[in-house]
Amino acid sequence: MRHLLTLRETSAIDIRYLLDTAETLKEILARPVKKVPTLRGRAMITLFYENSTRTRTSFELAAKFMSAEAINIAVAQSSVAKGESLKDSLLTLQALKADCIVMRHSVSGTPEFAAELLKHTSIVNAGDGRHEHPTQGLLDMLTMREIKGRLEGLEVAIVGDIAHSRVARSNIWGLTKMGAKVRLVGPRTLLPPDADRLPVKVYDNLAKGLDGADVVNVLRLQTERMERGLLPSLREYSRLFGISPQSLKYAAPDALVLHPGPMNRGVEISADVADGKFGIHAAIEEQVTNGIAVRMATLYALMGVSSDSEG
Amino acid sequence: MRLLLHGGRIVDPAQNLDKIADLLIEDGKIAGILEPNTPVADCERRDVTGKVVTPGLIDIHVHLREPGFEYKEDIESGTRAAAAGGFTRVCCMPNTNPAIDTAAVVRFILERTEQVGVARVHPIGAATRDMQGDAITEMADLKAAGAIAISDDAFPLQSAETVRRVMEYCAMLNLPLLTHNEDKALTHKGAMNEGYTATMLGIPGIPRVAEDIAVARNILLAQLTGCHLHLLHISTAGTVELLRRAKADGINVTGEACPHHWVLTDEACMKYRTDAKMNPPLRTQEDCEAVMQGLADGTIDCIVTDHAPHAEYEKEVEFDSAPFGILGLETSFPLTYTTLVKTGVLDFATAIAKMTHIPAQTIGLPPGTGTLEIGAEADVAVLDLETEWTIDRESVQSKSKNTPFHGMKVQGKAVFTVVGGRVIEL
Repeated sequence: MRHLLTLRETSAIDIRYLLDTAETLKEILARPVKKVPTLRGRAMITLFYENSTRTRTSFELAAKFMSAEAINIAVAQSSVAKGESLKDSLLTLQALKADCIVMRHSVSGTPEFAAELLKHTSIVNAGDGRHEHPTQGLLDMLTMREIKGRLEGLEVAIVGDIAHSRVARSNIWGLTKMGAKVRLVGPRTLLPPDADRLPVKVYDNLAKGLDGADVVNVLRLQTERMERGLLPSLREYSRLFGISPQSLKYAAPDALVLHPGPMNRGVEISADVADGKFGIHAAIEEQVTNGIAVRMATLYALMGVSSDSEG
Repeated sequence: MRLLLHGGRIVDPAQNLDKIADLLIEDGKIAGILEPNTPVADCERRDVTGKVVTPGLIDIHVHLREPGFEYKEDIESGTRAAAAGGFTRVCCMPNTNPAIDTAAVVRFILERTEQVGVARVHPIGAATRDMQGDAITEMADLKAAGAIAISDDAFPLQSAETVRRVMEYCAMLNLPLLTHNEDKALTHKGAMNEGYTATMLGIPGIPRVAEDIAVARNILLAQLTGCHLHLLHISTAGTVELLRRAKADGINVTGEACPHHWVLTDEACMKYRTDAKMNPPLRTQEDCEAVMQGLADGTIDCIVTDHAPHAEYEKEVEFDSAPFGILGLETSFPLTYTTLVKTGVLDFATAIAKMTHIPAQTIGLPPGTGTLEIGAEADVAVLDLETEWTIDRESVQSKSKNTPFHGMKVQGKAVFTVVGGRVIEL
């Protein structure tokens, strides 16, 4: 692999390879000394044009646990503030001999733009606009596979603001490539246009959308959606689409609940569900740990093996 | 000064003329269409055997960027691009800096054209001051200085009240109003057509209904005011149908389409190609077919380009941040010939009519404009219908290179033009 830009354009073979590698590397995280020399002498730069704590920290730890140099660029303090274009910023990082740039940007497609521009540096998409967030998709799949033992045939309901969600898109492509069945559930104002042309089933009714689901992946509801008039109130949204012990009864009895975080407790997910009360299986912290593992696997795939490994 | 273009096939749709003949030009006017080999003394002769001689092409929708954005294009480079595409006359949109909202700017453009232009230029005046959508411009002054029409292109009027007042003034002054039809409340920060491709790419969408609603409103206001409404760059099946019905109802409304709106769909935006980003955006195959049907049945009157140059560095950015617009002048005729004439959607004469005397009439140029009638201005295009070539962004006359047609194989090319009897060869 040269870049990780999307799961839509990543093959099932590569996805399986990344998940298997993550499963293997996860063992390192359980050690008292969490450090292996695998990526010594390699440099990863995180370039985040949007605020993020958990994803950036996760990448940074993943790099450090594998002995790579990890440098964070806080965009607010960088030359962007002086009006530098994305193109020039990227060329500069390449000239600084970064082996890998992990980028997050509010505009969809910027990682593709970077990958086309840079000839010597790998790009990892850490979330672009409402397009994709492939390592989140991978960590969700790793968590599902770990707990459910398989991906093939799993019924996965993604609930919430699908229209603006890069997590949803990476889940859709990754899961369907691995043989899972995906449903999108949300109010019509938060479903993307022509959603029915995606390889999914679309529901605007939570009871129907959750019916028999093995996994419920709950998306964060951005409160600014309300300001744009896409929702009447958080209260009503919570009543119609909130995941609570009551609404989870529609799903399969042992349904697994995931959330990419950060959560709005009491809005898209009730506190009881988030905390795994009443025998509910929520794996939200496990997702965070698995996040480090899939990012280690990604960095290993891009920087750890000889550059012509894709043959 | 006499010029004879001899041996060519003369096609002049306005006169229903299509025959092998020699075209005689004298003192900047068409002086005669002669039987081949008619002896003519004392003249410059150009052998155009095997070529087609038509009225110079006319594009009533281009952005020449001067004054204010000369790094994208200027009147010299823009009219050179026009000449390279077979155009002898263009109408330029008012979103310059300063905008074409005063007589002084109109006069400046006409003066620059006089100095450096290789095609004729007619400025189009802004509907509101600085194109802000508020106070209406001094349209009588604009017209007196030489503005050919009024438009809100690039800054579509949102207030129906403002459209109504502008239309009342246009009707009083006998000026057409050229509208960019877009309900901004529905398009927001949209950057491409709303639909499956945008959903897949995660790009905010521009719904088709945003155009249709604005078209319906503008048609109703044209009916109320009696203003001649001309719909710019039609991109949706809905607009074609609204225009068809309005014409059937006898409302004074016309329309135009650009090649990209029937040749390309929103799939051209895959890979976040900013050269496929324009407004209105590339739509769906259904819309392309509706536009072609509208051209074929006469609903859509004119073929235009919306030539909108942008510097390379402006397009080499994040998709959402890239400016809207693509080049058009140098690819319009080849695309029209290849995708409409060769495919049988339009016959050759109709295609030429939609690029010559019909746009001239639509925008209110004097009778005879866009024809080869005796006494008309000697504006001529000489076209080669045989040459197959590949569109190459590196070899354009425009200052900019933003074309989504780079690498496309087309047939047909302008060889040279004649403007007022003067041969323009690049």
